[in-house]
Amino acid sequence: MLTQFLSPWLSWLPTDWQYLVITTLGVLIILLPVVISVAYLTYFERKVIGYMQVRIGPNRVGPLGLLQPFADVFKLLFKEIITPKLANSFIFYLAPVLILVASFVAWAVIPFDKGWVLANVNAGLLYVLAIGAAGVYGVILAGWASNSKYALLGGMRSAAHKVAYELAMGFALVGVLMVAKSLNLSQIVENQAGGLFHWYWLPLLPMFVVYFVSGVAETNRAPFDISEGESEIVAGFHVEYSGITFALFMLAEYASMILISALTAILFLGGWLSPFEGTFLHAAFAWVPGIVWFFIKIAVLLFLFLWFRATFPRYRYDQIMRLGWKIFIPVTILWIFVEGVMVYFRVGPWFA
Amino acid sequence: MTLYQFLFYVFASSAVLSAIRVISVKNPVHAALFLVLTFFSTALVWILMEAEFLGIVLLLVYVGAVMVLFLFVVMMLDINLAPLREGFVRNLPVGVFVALVMVIELGLVVGAHSFGLSAYPAPTPAPADAANTLALGSVLYTDFVYPFEIAAFILLVSIVAAIVLAHRKREGVLYQNIDAQVRVRRADRLRIVSMPASKPVTAAEESEGKPS
Repeated sequence: MLTQFLSPWLSWLPTDWQYLVITTLGVLIILLPVVISVAYLTYFERKVIGYMQVRIGPNRVGPLGLLQPFADVFKLLFKEIITPKLANSFIFYLAPVLILVASFVAWAVIPFDKGWVLANVNAGLLYVLAIGAAGVYGVILAGWASNSKYALLGGMRSAAHKVAYELAMGFALVGVLMVAKSLNLSQIVENQAGGLFHWYWLPLLPMFVVYFVSGVAETNRAPFDISEGESEIVAGFHVEYSGITFALFMLAEYASMILISALTAILFLGGWLSPFEGTFLHAAFAWVPGIVWFFIKIAVLLFLFLWFRATFPRYRYDQIMRLGWKIFIPVTILWIFVEGVMVYFRVGPWFA
Repeated sequence: MTLYQFLFYVFASSAVLSAIRVISVKNPVHAALFLVLTFFSTALVWILMEAEFLGIVLLLVYVGAVMVLFLFVVMMLDINLAPLREGFVRNLPVGVFVALVMVIELGLVVGAHSFGLSAYPAPTPAPADAANTLALGSVLYTDFVYPFEIAAFILLVSIVAAIVLAHRKREGVLYQNIDAQVRVRRADRLRIVSMPASKPVTAAEESEGKPS
């Protein structure tokens, strides 16, 4: 879409350069809103948890505290960055960048509306999975490079639980793939057309639950935030980080929360599709652009993240491992088998 | 030079340079990280060659799983490098000889005469909507279904074998039975004792409590 709009203006450039300019613009158009959403997600989180705990939350900086995220960002920007004396300084600074890159690059394949996607690749689902797998490195390296026992322990156990939940997530994605018969995210959304009860959350209900809960675990959010575990290991892998390097970890954590919500919305909740398709309300809501539905779905899922944090106590480490290996993975394997049987006997909605 | 060629040279040179660094760098964690970079660059080269499924699976399996475990081991072990480096000069001739033999063998098999442009002319690029994964899958599950299933079975056996070999039953180790913990009911742990909420005040206590 961007290509059609910009091509006449850039026709004086060689084709390769046109491609570069348009892609760079597309990246900026996606990432700047992501970063701003991260800022306001932190504000929203503090407000939501505040009200859940019968407090008001931030309300001093700007009207209703709306400028609070900027105050936080500037505070962190101007704080001194302390490098531990015995830290491996190159890897120490590489780690937050790696985490950030992993939570940003997956946005390339996210379709925001019909045709609104930066890279409409065929293997989009696999790409998302591979990028998620690469995200573990930042945590391990941050833990190791800090040269601190708390950080190393935090990094180690975080990596172990991320690897465990990645498997469950991967199996849940296999379930989606079997029903959608495509790895292309836009195609997966289009295959869910037909209203609320045609989306994949219903035929793939166990997968939906496993995927979202694993997503919460994958982003190190409560109740799975043992990589921080301040009651046991101070702050886990980022205990030695200060100022803007610490802010990068937080930025990456919130960006991957938004990413997981977006992916859940695409894979199980019909992406940009309207929930009223096929009902009498469809005509009444036909004017709403698809991207609005998509954002509403993301916002609802993000609210769940915050709700979990305000509600559940932190899991014990052995219970996290048990949930991942002994419950989630068997559930997903069982459901893949059920889907296989359904597809073999051509039973809808699994066999579309 | 087109963008495509530029990207190819960037990824290819990064793959080669990082592969050299894997064996030349001193810190084992750095070596593991360079190996990750090698895998990453190779995956990008493969994706440039329209093998996107293989490229992404390389990332997923080697970068996402194998190298994470490697890094774990390298970080946890306190490897003393001095004994590993002993006898470098003594073993150098053997090493050089083995390396030369391998280069010659590789050259004989995959040299320009068998894989050059004359033997394998550049294929026509696939259309933009070609589904690499679908193509691979349909071949794997039809023409090559037996080798595929046998490979899967061998992998499964090796997983079971590795677990059986590494697993040892230890006596006297305390562990938690989580099912029992989860299934516990209030009645198992808690006894509610009925006691009077207040007891009548006796005359003696009353006189003690009075301010004089």
